[in-house]
Amino acid sequence: MLEGLKHPSSDVFFKYGSLVFAASVIGVIALSMVVLVRGAFPALTSFGFRFLTGVDWDAAVGFGALPYILGTLVTASIAIIIGVPISLGIAIFLAEMAPDAIKVAVSNIIELLAAVPSIIYGLWGLYVLRVWVANYVQSPLQNSFGFLPIFSGTSYGLNFLTAGLILAIMIIPTVASISREVMVSVPISQREAAYSVGATRWEVVRMSVLSYSRSGIFGAAVLGLGRAVGETMAVTMVIGGATGASALPTSLFKPGQTMATILVNQLSEAESGSLQLAALLGIGLVLFAIAFSINIVAQLLVWRVLKVQAGAVE
Amino acid sequence: MSNYSMRRFKNKLALWIGALCAALAMIPLVSILYDVVKNGASSLNVDFLTSAPGVIGQAGGGIGPAIQGTLLLVGLTIIMGVPLGVLSGIYLTEFGDNPVGRVIRFLNDVLAEFPSVVIGVVIFTLIVLTFKSFSVIAGALALSIIMLPIITRSTEESLKLVPNSIRDASMALGIRRWRTTLSVVLTTAKSGVVTGILLAIARVAGETAPLVFTILGSQYFFSGLNSPMDALPIRIYRLALLPYPYAQAQGWGAALVLILMVLVVNIGVRLATRGRLYTTRSRA
Repeated sequence: MLEGLKHPSSDVFFKYGSLVFAASVIGVIALSMVVLVRGAFPALTSFGFRFLTGVDWDAAVGFGALPYILGTLVTASIAIIIGVPISLGIAIFLAEMAPDAIKVAVSNIIELLAAVPSIIYGLWGLYVLRVWVANYVQSPLQNSFGFLPIFSGTSYGLNFLTAGLILAIMIIPTVASISREVMVSVPISQREAAYSVGATRWEVVRMSVLSYSRSGIFGAAVLGLGRAVGETMAVTMVIGGATGASALPTSLFKPGQTMATILVNQLSEAESGSLQLAALLGIGLVLFAIAFSINIVAQLLVWRVLKVQAGAVE
Repeated sequence: MSNYSMRRFKNKLALWIGALCAALAMIPLVSILYDVVKNGASSLNVDFLTSAPGVIGQAGGGIGPAIQGTLLLVGLTIIMGVPLGVLSGIYLTEFGDNPVGRVIRFLNDVLAEFPSVVIGVVIFTLIVLTFKSFSVIAGALALSIIMLPIITRSTEESLKLVPNSIRDASMALGIRRWRTTLSVVLTTAKSGVVTGILLAIARVAGETAPLVFTILGSQYFFSGLNSPMDALPIRIYRLALLPYPYAQAQGWGAALVLILMVLVVNIGVRLATRGRLYTTRSRA
């Protein structure tokens, strides 16, 4: 220690050196923002606010991002509506109700689901899930309720619903494992209080665990939303890839496009310096802003819950 | 039904609904593994794994360049991303208990959940448009940025598990802080750090969206760091969009190779660290 006091320079160097590396995260985020704003600038100045509300996608008429923003919202909503309740069921089952041996096996399998690359979900979605949706969801619904506009469309499974379903499958591991963690971190005393008045296991879950971990579970769902908004390849392969006004999500069984998928479909072929390129970068900017906000909210919710509860008296 | 048996019934019902949810979530995994193996296994042979893609529309050819590209990209990504991530993790554990550290930790968590497609777009604008060429370097750069926050977090989690008494013991011997951190703390936490790195590698090996705008994909073997290159995920994407049955079979074959790589790492790591693995997200 004396040695260190006399010659602190190498330690100071180490501390600030590693700080430079750690701060690169801030650099990456700031740089991304600058790059996207600068790239999108031509589109933002020529269309102004109409860039967000326009539906055209044509060099002759102009570029509007509305169909893709709505497409992202619709597919992500389907994912949340289907994925979150199932994830919650899994989390409750794993955190509170299942026997230990089953717990370990099931949670390992769910974690593997998170490890499968997005492109493989896409391939499976294109050849397996799409056919399933077309035969067992689309046809029956259209035969009975085909007169309703939201069930119209002739796509053979390449549509918003399939995209939303595959997103639901993909967000389940995230939402389930974080909700489970939040539930596990509920202090034992909360459970004991309920058990001591004779509650069943389910009543303990409902009265102590769920009410105590509400905001953390909400955070897990928001994190799932962030995943669904940014997920790209699997959606690209099953959503059909329409552009312009026809990509507006007016029916579950219509081909469409999300912000992420139009980037994959068009960015690498966009002409350098063209307005289309600027419009695509504008969509990138909108996606950046939405994903950034969602993730900040989610991290704040989950972080606060896990931190506060880690310090709580058990 | 009496009140008590009603409550017991609800309890059983909740258990079974939970089990049903878990079973539902497992169906896709089983179906994916089944379909990938069933449709992909017939394509696998030495020729398929080593030769370049054939003429589009004619059967034959393989995924040699794609495998080469994925290995090369992962190698470059490790060179760029691992030191950066480990040092960031070291900063956060050893010196990060202050407002700056908390901001960095928070933004790191945000970046870890960030859509990879956006990172691809940024690198495309920054590198590909500037140098007017899709390149291996651009792809590796995008993957490193995706890898960085994952490794930072897992390194921090592993180093935090090293008891302070070990740091104190080393410092008491007159060893400097930096030497203590690198030789004593990092060595003690080695298995956790390596585990995190392996899982991050498995994650970026399957990334596709950022590669579409950076390395683009190619029919040929490696021809320089500043030219386009193929990679397994891109090859799967291109093959899946072709309307020929042979292309679909090859797409499944490539998917089988990719999923084997990813799952072998994941399952291997889980078996090797059974019971000792930190929970990836806990920040207690």
